[in-house]
Amino acid sequence: MSGKCFINGIAGISAQLTTDGDAFFDDVVEHTELIFRAIDPDYKKYIKPAAMRRMSKSVKMGVTASQMALDQAGIEMPDAIITGTGMGCKQDSEKFLENILHNDEQFLTPTLFIQSTHNTVGGQIALGLNCKAYNVTYVQAAASFEVALMDAKLKLLEKENQHILVGGIDEIAKNSSRLHTLDGHIKSEPLAVIDLLFSTSSGTVTSEGATFMTVTNDSSNKNIAEILDVTIFNQATPEEVEDELKEFMQRNSVEISDLDAVILGTNGDGDFDLYYHKLQQGVFADVQQIGYKHLIGEHHTASAFAYWLGCKIFNKQQLPEIVKMNKKETSSFKTILLYNQYRGKNHSFALLQQC
Amino acid sequence: MADLQLELKEKIIEQLSLEDIEVSDIDDNDPLFGDGLGLDSIDALELIVLLEKDYGIKLKDPKEGKAIFESIGVMAAYIENNRTK
Repeated sequence: MSGKCFINGIAGISAQLTTDGDAFFDDVVEHTELIFRAIDPDYKKYIKPAAMRRMSKSVKMGVTASQMALDQAGIEMPDAIITGTGMGCKQDSEKFLENILHNDEQFLTPTLFIQSTHNTVGGQIALGLNCKAYNVTYVQAAASFEVALMDAKLKLLEKENQHILVGGIDEIAKNSSRLHTLDGHIKSEPLAVIDLLFSTSSGTVTSEGATFMTVTNDSSNKNIAEILDVTIFNQATPEEVEDELKEFMQRNSVEISDLDAVILGTNGDGDFDLYYHKLQQGVFADVQQIGYKHLIGEHHTASAFAYWLGCKIFNKQQLPEIVKMNKKETSSFKTILLYNQYRGKNHSFALLQQC
Repeated sequence: MADLQLELKEKIIEQLSLEDIEVSDIDDNDPLFGDGLGLDSIDALELIVLLEKDYGIKLKDPKEGKAIFESIGVMAAYIENNRTK
């Protein structure tokens, strides 16, 4: 048994035009609101109208992105569906809670309740595929996607020739965004999101999206990338993050000089970007540095998008100017490290290698 | 009665998120379930709540819904005869 974990299909619905097949930030959408939405693909191509009418944005994004990933991998029925979400189906949760308040806890309808749980997306994907296999949703704040991926990697160790659908989904909802503005997690001053990486004020922006991938332990020339390793740790000082990085690299026998690029989750929060800055100015000083949250925004599973970006870079072997964070010029991409944290917590590292 | 039928159509479209359906697409005699509007068992529960919330009609036996929700026309007639608000 190889114990390996390959990505053989991946799709991302985000606040950029990322479902347009071959495009790679050819046209960049410059968001001007601090709270911005994902760009809708043609959901009707993937979801029957009768099923879609009850779906909130996160369910539509999740079901569509998962089908796109399965199509790319040529898989009709996955052996497991594992999802990660920081906040679940917030829109329907809010509507359901509003109904409870407005109707004095009476006249509650089933649809919003059914659609408001964290595992609604995983459930709807399974219903659409008629997939009765292992189906689990992880809710672990900004490490939700990574925990889902770690579970998938463990399952791939158990049995050969498995194809597992793994995804991260989060959506915007009006009340929770309002609360995050009040508690300072979202910036208070207007900002051109494209300049987010240079921001030094407190807070960040918020957005939504869904990234799904099919992972397999089946060695095939169709595989895009191998996920060599993924790790999470909850809290750490910037110095401890560097120690964790060294240990992570050592256990994978990879040197910093072996990295062709590092994809960072920098989100313009002046209070917490120092985690990235310390690495950027230190161990990553000579590595191609890449950012993406000025394009797709921040949410609990935004880090899943870094995997989409990594795979796109492997396929294209080129880097759009818009994602470059330093002057380093790299022409060949074989090994990429991902690092993400949110507000100094839920740190994650992952190591991708081109197949 | 015609006003009530129109009102019901609007409420059903909104409540059941029938996004691609207009009021004019629903005939008063079209079956709401099955081949007509294609509603399902979850919709039936939504309609039971709608009856109670908007017209003060509480169905004691959910099985009654099968006959009451046959069509917009039948539903409107039932509401007309039983409404408390």
